[in-house]
Amino acid sequence: MPSAEPTGLSARGLERVFGRRRALAGVDLALQAGEAVAVFGPNGAGKTTLLRVLAGLMRPTAGEVWMHGRRVSPSDPESRRPIGFLSHHAMLYGDLTARENLMFAARLYGLADPGGTAVAALAQLDLADRVDDTVRTMSRGLVQRVALARALLHGPSVLLLDEPFTGLDTASADRLSDLLRARREAGSAMVLVTHHLAEAWDLVTRVAVLFRGRWVLEETRAGTADAFRPKYRELIRG
Amino acid sequence: MGEVLRIALAVAAKDLRVEFRSRTALTSAVVFAALVLVVFSFARDPGRLSAEELAPSVLWITFAFGAVVTLNRAFYVEREQAAFDGLLLAPVSRGAVYLGKLGANLAFVGVVELVAFPLFVLFFDVAVGGAWPGLLAVALLATIGFVAVGTLFSAMVVRTRFAELMLPVLLLPFMVPPLIGAVQVTSRLLVGRPLSEMLGWLRLLAVYDLVFVTLCTLSFAVVAEE
Repeated sequence: MPSAEPTGLSARGLERVFGRRRALAGVDLALQAGEAVAVFGPNGAGKTTLLRVLAGLMRPTAGEVWMHGRRVSPSDPESRRPIGFLSHHAMLYGDLTARENLMFAARLYGLADPGGTAVAALAQLDLADRVDDTVRTMSRGLVQRVALARALLHGPSVLLLDEPFTGLDTASADRLSDLLRARREAGSAMVLVTHHLAEAWDLVTRVAVLFRGRWVLEETRAGTADAFRPKYRELIRG
Repeated sequence: MGEVLRIALAVAAKDLRVEFRSRTALTSAVVFAALVLVVFSFARDPGRLSAEELAPSVLWITFAFGAVVTLNRAFYVEREQAAFDGLLLAPVSRGAVYLGKLGANLAFVGVVELVAFPLFVLFFDVAVGGAWPGLLAVALLATIGFVAVGTLFSAMVVRTRFAELMLPVLLLPFMVPPLIGAVQVTSRLLVGRPLSEMLGWLRLLAVYDLVFVTLCTLSFAVVAEE
């Protein structure tokens, strides 16, 4: 049973139906601490839905999600504490500064010294000189970095990242790769949804391909991203 | 309880800060309230209808519509960049989030009422005199009631296509009981009747508040889910 997993993330039989469309059709996933899976798939494969269900933001039509042996449930706030989630949207308030956004998040997570924690998290993503900029005035890449800082702020042990490299310049993407690699090596489990095989490849221990709401591949990473690419194309050809 | 209060205060403080920066909800609500008062003031024929007869209704129509304008914006700030997801992901009770939003909305509607009331006194030439404490009490009790329901409905409709139309449609029926009570009490207060005559209405408003703040706090978890 999923509940037997003491660490990491486990999901069993996840289904999610929107009207007549089945976005997820029986997805299982088990990640131990320190494991990371890159989830690839074409548009509409169900990747974002999978992340939202794993994060507890969307109730699955069937199946359940467990984190560190605790079922993720809207009625159990503590079940969400291990989660660090980055979505397509920044989840920030445009009229607040980067510092104010992260201080608010720190308060929600009950972190000591919200101001210091916020500045430290922003500095990790090379934003020390932009802490007092209003989010609305920032470029897409800067907003993405603030959103990442917010997702990592509370030291989550399970990272759910949807296209984390979007909008980042090369230096920022490299910085983020180093940061995520360090997190994984420190024991965080990670689900990384992306279209960019090359950027995700070296970060993960496993690769998976989601197609029409089902896994069509789930295996240990082996070889190179270039070698994997033809296999991926074949899998999503249907 | 301390944790719920801490989170509620954090959410309310955040909303107040956002509104202080953007001033979108308050500016439009205050202008709207002032406009309603001006229109009613000039439409009244003093020879046919005394200010005391009309004033309580006008005051509460102004407060109610000012509140609807304010509440329409309550969850827009959360919809932008999906900030609401960040709230729902946090390890905090949904009830605490609701109470924080309620607190901020009460502050916004309170400001609208504070600005509109002197204009009301000016335009309708109403002698408030010693009725201040009673007016304050009825304003507080009635406002808590409809803002509590409005905060919940605002969260409910914000993901719909016609949120600005849906909110008044859903909310206005629930505004009727507190508005009737508020008009009854206000009309008596403005003609100098003793407070003891109005205790029944005040009790009704207090019970309405208790019931709907409790129900809305408990229901918010369901409404917040996608």
